[in-house]
Amino acid sequence: MSLRNSNSRYGWVSIVIHWLMALAIFGMFGLGVWMVDLDYYDSWYHRSLWVHQSIGMLLLFLLLFRVVWRLTNPVPEIMGLWWEKLIALWVHRGHYIIMAALMISGYLITTAYGRGVDIFGWFEFPALLPADKGRETTLGFWHMLLAWGFMAYIAMHAAAALKHHFIDRDITLLRMLGINRKGENDET
Amino acid sequence: MKLKLLFGALLLSLGVATSALAEDYVIDKKGQHAVIQFKIAHLGYSWLIGRFNDFEGTFSYDEKNPSASKINVTINTASVDTNHAARDKHLRSPDFFNVDKYPTATFTSKSFKELGDGKAKLTGTFTLNGVTRDITIDVKHVGHGDDPWGGYRRGFEGTTTLALADWNIPFAPKLGPASATVELYFSFEGVRQ
Repeated sequence: MSLRNSNSRYGWVSIVIHWLMALAIFGMFGLGVWMVDLDYYDSWYHRSLWVHQSIGMLLLFLLLFRVVWRLTNPVPEIMGLWWEKLIALWVHRGHYIIMAALMISGYLITTAYGRGVDIFGWFEFPALLPADKGRETTLGFWHMLLAWGFMAYIAMHAAAALKHHFIDRDITLLRMLGINRKGENDET
Repeated sequence: MKLKLLFGALLLSLGVATSALAEDYVIDKKGQHAVIQFKIAHLGYSWLIGRFNDFEGTFSYDEKNPSASKINVTINTASVDTNHAARDKHLRSPDFFNVDKYPTATFTSKSFKELGDGKAKLTGTFTLNGVTRDITIDVKHVGHGDDPWGGYRRGFEGTTTLALADWNIPFAPKLGPASATVELYFSFEGVRQ
């Protein structure tokens, strides 16, 4: 199996990014829900936010790369009826849109006062938009709403993957796991 | 004699007229010659100073009858600013000022008492977070007079200390014992209308 996608299979880059982001985003959701209720004297009160912001920025960079990768690679053919394909395509695109909104809103919250984001103490990513005091509260609300919404969205996406696997018995789920079913033709 | 009497009556009536005419001022929001600031201990190790950037108010003051002075101030609670995005977001949340539910805090004076030496005591009703209580503010006259642009201005400053526990702030107990009270400071310059 190659790094790049083919017309029927995902390459390793797509597979690794998919599961890495899935894992990180679940973790970020849990972290986010947990950290907002921490006690002021909890040793994680500041660190949790710092870790959340740092991982969030890395996810944003990864998402940018992922979009570029998707646009420069073939998209493996979606299985199902024509309308299922259409829905699947837009659900996939919806992931990118929601993730971008979620991550960009997080970035704009952090940089609301015109200061950059520190990423694990490694480097600081600058504030690209001018300071706009107050947007941290408006966008904070949307960030939370998007996070919960995205969890529901992912649940739907996972249910659809399981439906493909157990009901349609196609390779939709397996190919995202990098598993070749016996007899399947690997084009690469 | 007659003329003297007439003159005297005229003076008297003039005096009455000026004392009845309290001077009304609007707090100079446009020129930002007004500030509402708060100061609270951080862990007991240093001070955190913040402001409310958006507020408006009017006051009246009559030098001949200072006890008739009045002041009304309305603060936009969402304008809280401690120069830190995450903290200000937290301050606007229901943990502190709950600005969606209580977008304004208001102060309406009840009495004003000159203590001499440019000092005064102002009492009034303060509403914050849905809680309404009487508070007392130590006020100082700063100055007054013509401004260079054809107007007349008068300024005061004042301080008071509030106990967080009195003002429906759920997060307050978590800040620790050193941060049980907050000191409010204001400086208002009014432009006479």
